[in-house]
Amino acid sequence: MDKPVRSGLRRWVLIVPFIAILDVPVYNRLEPELFGLPFFYWYQLAWILIAALLIFSLHRSERSAEDETR
Amino acid sequence: MNVTATIVFVLLFVFVTIVGFLAARWRAADLSHLHEWGLAGRRFGTFVTWFLLGGDLYTAYTFVAVPALIFGGGAIGFFAVPYTIMIYPILYLFFPRLWRLARDGGHITTADIVEGLYHDRWLALAIALTGLLATMPYIALQLIGMAVVIGGLGFHAQGWLADLPLIIAFLILAAFTYTSGLRAPALIAVVKDTLIYLAVFAAIIVVPWELGGFSAIFAKIPAAKLLLPAPPPASTGAFSAYGSLALGSAIALFLYPHSMTAILSSSSGEVIRRNASILPAYSFLLGLLALLGFMAAAWGVDKMPAFHDGFAAFGPNFAIPALFLAAFPSWFVGIAFAAIAIGALVPAAIMSIAAANLFTRNIWKAFVERACPPEREAAIAKFVSLVVKAGALVFIIALPQRYAIELQLLGGVWISQTAPALLLASHCPRLFSGPGLLLGWAAGMAAGTAMAAAQGFQSAVYPLHLAGYTLPGYAALYALALNLAVALVLSPFTHRAGARRGRGGVAAGPLSRARAQSRRGPRPLPVPPPGRRAPRARLSGPAATPPRPRR
Repeated sequence: MDKPVRSGLRRWVLIVPFIAILDVPVYNRLEPELFGLPFFYWYQLAWILIAALLIFSLHRSERSAEDETR
Repeated sequence: MNVTATIVFVLLFVFVTIVGFLAARWRAADLSHLHEWGLAGRRFGTFVTWFLLGGDLYTAYTFVAVPALIFGGGAIGFFAVPYTIMIYPILYLFFPRLWRLARDGGHITTADIVEGLYHDRWLALAIALTGLLATMPYIALQLIGMAVVIGGLGFHAQGWLADLPLIIAFLILAAFTYTSGLRAPALIAVVKDTLIYLAVFAAIIVVPWELGGFSAIFAKIPAAKLLLPAPPPASTGAFSAYGSLALGSAIALFLYPHSMTAILSSSSGEVIRRNASILPAYSFLLGLLALLGFMAAAWGVDKMPAFHDGFAAFGPNFAIPALFLAAFPSWFVGIAFAAIAIGALVPAAIMSIAAANLFTRNIWKAFVERACPPEREAAIAKFVSLVVKAGALVFIIALPQRYAIELQLLGGVWISQTAPALLLASHCPRLFSGPGLLLGWAAGMAAGTAMAAAQGFQSAVYPLHLAGYTLPGYAALYALALNLAVALVLSPFTHRAGARRGRGGVAAGPLSRARAQSRRGPRPLPVPPPGRRAPRARLSGPAATPPRPRR
């Protein structure tokens, strides 16, 4: 049940949302707008989704790696 | 008084009360055992855990206070969104292992897990006390959330009658938590979250429609509130404050005892991993809700005479109730307000259970009555859950609200100081020692409290001065950096000192075996081969979960 040895590297993908979110000056702007939402807001809302997808795909790949080792 | 809304509100409240009591029969088990009452037998699957954690983390106070922050302060209040983005990678990476440690050791609380790693009951006591201190004001805040919507229903009374609805709500909460334990908030969370999703999605469609679209809404907001202000020279200004508030809060969130209780009640590490990718649905909801703060401002609810009293009583926290009252028919207002009030019950129940577990396991059992039989353990926990809630109620009725808010602010700074012992030590136990972690914790607690005190307890953002630069940042993170440094530096030395003290003749007792193990340093973590479960280390006494076949 524990993580397989090879998964260590793969897990670094989860650092991406942290970089995207903690670099505040990059997204502290109004343009371009989306559906009338300033960039500051829709950028961060979009990252909720992207981060969830990253976790989901990491989870899938870790699970299939576990299946192979069985 | 808004009669229609109140009737809908009361009906929904009665409904969840019934659900709360019936929950005792759900997946029936012997509720006189703490792991059944306080962790629901560690049997919740992906679906229930999703509702339970969602209901637990996104509380009534969140739903009221986050839009209120945006309404009052603009962009800085949006930090709740990056904060809830970062919690899920942390959940995925760190918590399946904590869950496994807890299952294998029969642990029920965070402090149990740390005790299991280092066999140092003083460190466990520090973790338990931090958890209790951080949780109590959090429960009180749930009451504030509830009080705001009850005020929104137009309930006006003088003296003790004014507090009557709150007292009734909390009596109900106390009663069903006492009888059903963690099963009650888990079932109620399903109702609550359905209502919350309904209310928020309706609002996010109806309100922009009425106001002429998002462009029209944002055009009405003063430009200074739409973005973070650019930092002054030689300072990172609002940028570092925003980022560090989000990161620090994200690290702190799952360290709270109530988050951990919900995590430990799931049936496997796999359930936790799955939830890390589906719980962000709640973050999206929270993001939409945050935008409602701007909509309330664009609607001009604070200038409407009907809401004058509400804003006078509750300040910006009244923005969301006012927006719903202005935009929706009474019956829907009843649903939305019930969603928020029930949203206070779920976390308040879990928090009081978590606090009761901590007190029973890590204070009562560790220091007062070591040979505590399981039935008595559960009975004490049930009683303590009542005391905790009564305490929160008295706190909110007798003292000004700002005390609860300031204590909650401090609570976030404090609970972060358990991160090295819980997050890092569970993955690299050999990096630390019990006394080293304890000293780091003490340093972090002192520094964090001092930084908050320097801000008059009004803000957790501390302007750190470093080589001519000003770095405004979340005090919890600065204190955590100090904590970690102290723990890492002192651990190699204190390791030996602790071992010597352990050899110096300890009276034989239930903990003597644990002490004997502390001489040899942290026990290597058992890693079960795939498909087999690890040997159960029953260090925490007779209350450990009985083995159950894996499903």
